[in-house]
Amino acid sequence: MPKADLLDPAGKAVANALQRKGNKEIANVRIGKRIELHYETAPSEADLEAAKQIAADFLSNGIIEDVVSVTVEN
Amino acid sequence: MRIGVVTFPGTLDDRDAKRAVRLAGAEPVSLWHADTSLQNVDAVVLPGGFSFGDYLRCGAIAAQAPIMKTIIDAANGGLPVLGICNGFQVLVEAHLLPGGLTRNEHQHFICRDQKLIVENVDTAWTNQFSIGQEITIPLKNGEGGYIADEETLKRLEGDGLIAFRYSDVNPNGSVNNIAGLRNERGNVVGLMPHPEHAVEPGFGPDTPLAMRSGVDGLQFFKSVINQVVNA
Repeated sequence: MPKADLLDPAGKAVANALQRKGNKEIANVRIGKRIELHYETAPSEADLEAAKQIAADFLSNGIIEDVVSVTVEN
Repeated sequence: MRIGVVTFPGTLDDRDAKRAVRLAGAEPVSLWHADTSLQNVDAVVLPGGFSFGDYLRCGAIAAQAPIMKTIIDAANGGLPVLGICNGFQVLVEAHLLPGGLTRNEHQHFICRDQKLIVENVDTAWTNQFSIGQEITIPLKNGEGGYIADEETLKRLEGDGLIAFRYSDVNPNGSVNNIAGLRNERGNVVGLMPHPEHAVEPGFGPDTPLAMRSGVDGLQFFKSVINQVVNA
């Protein structure tokens, strides 16, 4: 997700559109990313730890984004 | 004097950068993202464009390219490196310069002749300017809003690491009007505007003297030639 204190222009554009559509109860919109890593076999604990590292080092930029969660899903 | 210009998939301004190198008086050398050799160049330019389609984040995938491992090592050893626009984004993603670049505050892609103030001339790429000089360099980007945390900003301001600031207008919401940075050593410079588009009369930005006569960008390349020749 873009960091909370940063302007998120895409989220702002969507929030403005929702206001125009009549959804006045929505005050703000923020847009992030979901990135799926697919494994050949069910990922181990070590794979999850490695994925967390990849998320921190490469998939996100800590200056502008926060990693919200890294989880194993089926 | 050989200056390498890197081409990544999606790079657009490599040919213009090579042309600028030639007009400044050096020999341009094409470098390919998947290679690891710098072919004994004396300096490297990371040109503008949309490397790897700007996927993930602008410059993030290019920063992991094989040629970048070599360039990061060489830059840490003092090799002059200039990052222009997407090349600036690559330098930031490669941690050769601090901070990050975000989508323009007003959400529009901009393309304009941009006035800049030269803030630092103790670098490989700015030594032919004078401090406080106003220059005009074309700017064209969608994600040029520079940001950094408070501590980093304090360091950038305190240590004189801001190379250029936007003058007249802030075109993209960059903090402290930052248009370009240098590293501590002064060999690495990155900026959003495109000096390679202001190197030849008839093809540059407009000036008060004549249309398209601006050639302020040439001094970036003459600076690095000056530095290498006098090294």
